[in-house]
Amino acid sequence: MNKWKSLIHSTRFLLVKSLYFQVMNKWKSLIHSTGFTNAASSLLAILVGLLFGFVIMLFSNPKEAVEGLGIILAGGFGGGAKGLGQTLYYAIPLIMTGLSVGFAFKTGLFNIGAPGQFTVGAFAAIFIGIKWTFLPAPWHWIAALIGSAVAGGLWGLIPGLFKAYLNVNEVISSIMMNYIGLYAVNFAMKAPAFKSAPALFDTTMNLSSNVAASSVIPQGFFEDIFPGSIVNYGILIAIAVAILMYVVLNKTTFGYELKACGYNRDASRYAGISEKRNIVLSMVISGALAGLGGGLVYLSGANGRRYKVVDVLLNDGFNGISVALLGLNNPIGIIFTGIFIAYITMGGEYLQKLDFVVEIISIITAAIIYFSAFALIFRKIVKRITGAKDVLQIAETDAPKPDAKEDKE
Amino acid sequence: MSYVIEMLHITKTFPGIVANDDISLQLKKGEIHALLGENGAGKSTLMSVLFGLYQPEGGTILKEGKEVRISNPNDANALGIGMVHQHFKLVHNFTVLQNIILGVETTRNGFLKMDDARKSVVALSEKYGLKVDPDALVQDITVGMQQRVEILKMLYRQNEILIFDEPTAVLTPQEIDELMKIMRGLTQEGKSILFITHKLNEIKAVADRCTVLRKGKCIGTIDVASTSKEEMSEMMVGRKVMLEVEKDEPKIGEPVFEVKGLTVSARHHTKKLVNDVSFSVRRGEIVCIAGIDGNGQSELIYALTGLLQPESGQILLNGEDITHKSIRERNSIGMAHIPEDRHKHGLILDYTLEDNLVLKKYFTRDFQKLGFRNFRKTRSYAEGLISRFDIRSGQGPATAARSMSGGNQQKAIVAREIDYNPDILIAVQPTRGLDVGAIEYIHQQLVAQRDEGKAVLLVSLELDEVMNVSDRILVIYEGAIVGEFDPREITVQELGLYMAGSKRREA
Repeated sequence: MNKWKSLIHSTRFLLVKSLYFQVMNKWKSLIHSTGFTNAASSLLAILVGLLFGFVIMLFSNPKEAVEGLGIILAGGFGGGAKGLGQTLYYAIPLIMTGLSVGFAFKTGLFNIGAPGQFTVGAFAAIFIGIKWTFLPAPWHWIAALIGSAVAGGLWGLIPGLFKAYLNVNEVISSIMMNYIGLYAVNFAMKAPAFKSAPALFDTTMNLSSNVAASSVIPQGFFEDIFPGSIVNYGILIAIAVAILMYVVLNKTTFGYELKACGYNRDASRYAGISEKRNIVLSMVISGALAGLGGGLVYLSGANGRRYKVVDVLLNDGFNGISVALLGLNNPIGIIFTGIFIAYITMGGEYLQKLDFVVEIISIITAAIIYFSAFALIFRKIVKRITGAKDVLQIAETDAPKPDAKEDKE
Repeated sequence: MSYVIEMLHITKTFPGIVANDDISLQLKKGEIHALLGENGAGKSTLMSVLFGLYQPEGGTILKEGKEVRISNPNDANALGIGMVHQHFKLVHNFTVLQNIILGVETTRNGFLKMDDARKSVVALSEKYGLKVDPDALVQDITVGMQQRVEILKMLYRQNEILIFDEPTAVLTPQEIDELMKIMRGLTQEGKSILFITHKLNEIKAVADRCTVLRKGKCIGTIDVASTSKEEMSEMMVGRKVMLEVEKDEPKIGEPVFEVKGLTVSARHHTKKLVNDVSFSVRRGEIVCIAGIDGNGQSELIYALTGLLQPESGQILLNGEDITHKSIRERNSIGMAHIPEDRHKHGLILDYTLEDNLVLKKYFTRDFQKLGFRNFRKTRSYAEGLISRFDIRSGQGPATAARSMSGGNQQKAIVAREIDYNPDILIAVQPTRGLDVGAIEYIHQQLVAQRDEGKAVLLVSLELDEVMNVSDRILVIYEGAIVGEFDPREITVQELGLYMAGSKRREA
């Protein structure tokens, strides 16, 4: 009898033990999976950014700091359904420029020319949206979007060609293209040639004129979900493009070539991959993504954004860099980080309800974004925290591996 | 017996692999102690433990009998342990002197005081015969001199225990001789040396004792003088190794690969790096281009494989003119290339092993459909090559190429190129930096290719390899072919004279 008992006992113990180890190993492999490390590091970066923002709030307005933090954390929710809709609208350019920068990064290029590409893309969309009224509704905004992508792609093509054939650093040439793009668009907006009706520029508002109704991206069901907001199908297009980029980079031979060139140009050449062609294509695609972002933003009707002629590069392009970094250049990650940064920005806008100076709000959101861009550094920290000690245990549980290898000989 | 350093029962594991399994190593004062093992045997890991780069899970380290804890390289430095890494850790746009004092600068009121440092560096370099120019920029000096700078760095820090991690892998034969002399000089001054290598000749030449590692385990410590090379290689590999290459008489067929009057000029001046080179390689033979490093071999190969456009001349493969064909066209016609630098050209280190194995095939119909990659086929193809060529790695096809040992990286390249089923296989220093077992393996593969009726063009700097493997030798000197020989009819000494340019015979 006792024997039975002890046997049952021991088997149960063994079962529990093995179950325990299974669960632990699952958990450990989750902790050690790169996806987890990446997500954890991004979250950690965001957390530190929020903390830093809170400290600034404490300094500038200690009485309302806690309430202010609440508003920032509530983000887009602060404005109810409309706020959420607006968050998605703000996310569109961020996702697109984030994709632009992230895609170039993946292929070993630093496209800092997103602001310029975004601007010329915006101009192309506005131009087609206002002037090509002969096009019927869906075709009009589709043509405008294509135009924006082509214009952005062209702005990426030039630094790409310089890089591939003359070995000019793409950072320098694309910065210069930013200014060329900005001033060329500013000039064209007010150019006498485009003053005939329908005029490109609304001199009374000092903004670009409204694009024709047929060129506005439809809002569709978003009108019902987020009443009062101007979010439209653009966000769906942005997400679809992100998924497309993910597929291109990870599932196609084209992506394989692009990444190969990014990782090791010499080995790619050795393998017969045309690295010059890939550099050019990569910059064109990167530019087209940013340009399309410009198109998506400026084709959203009377309440949407309109182009302001100022001598300042648009932030959307530069924010793309932090969006890409925070998303670790992963197109899917960039969807989320784009929405997140839009969310924080919305929170910052609602912060105006309290007694915060507008500039402080900008500083706080900038600080959060800034720290978010440190995601890569936090990734190392996360790895160290979860990694160092557990490595041994994992190795022990995986013990059959080296044995299996020896068996092969 | 007193030991300066004892590493007792060191155990270090990485995910999926036990790199060091209960290894003990004892270093006597004033000896040169070799650490012998194949790539991936755990030599570098053990030394990294000693140098404080890794923390072992088990075992102790004793310095002169007292237990010490080394948690970072600074601790190691404080204990008088210095290391010359295989890949030098020098600042390229600093001078030799600046590199030597980097980290231990002598200062006055926060300003650098270089005079004292210069004096002691010059004194050290004279004392040990380490010729360096203290004011030359590191980027301008030869690899051999860079190594001397690394050694001076250790001496300047008054290290007593010097670790040399595969110091000869990057050196020419003359530089190796000089290094051996320097090492002997160092031990005479009372320094103790740990010498990581897998070259048996060097151990025989310079080491007193030798500890052999195999697959993370300690096989034993032996007295070098009383042990033969064959015994050592058997300990290292775990089986008998053929130090000589076994091969039958070549069955030579028609010419496959012909080069006519090939000339390559240097980029910015008129010097000809490859000067009017003509030769042909026939089916069933291994032709070896022998020469001292830097005599135009690299440029010749770049021109042959399409990485560089030649100035004039013609390259024919199977009778087809490929002089102006792209690299991919050359590959598809039947050229395979094991490149000289496996990190620069051979592999994309951030890709997985499987992605590297399909580097020249990913676009073929087998591995993609309408531009979408076929991951299942890629995986099964990679698994096939891995088992056929015995490529060892932590996580099989999904291992990052960067994390693999040098020998297995090279095996992966060899597997990829041979499986390409080429008519001409161009192998440039395919065994550089590899251990005996891997060298034997790669030589066998080259010979197998030849026996299958393929043409093999081998570029080698190692005379042993030249004499052993080839069926025909072409000697290159200053970009020109200065002689053609049958390996059975020429001695190493005579070959050396041609390689050094003191003799020349029209081919």
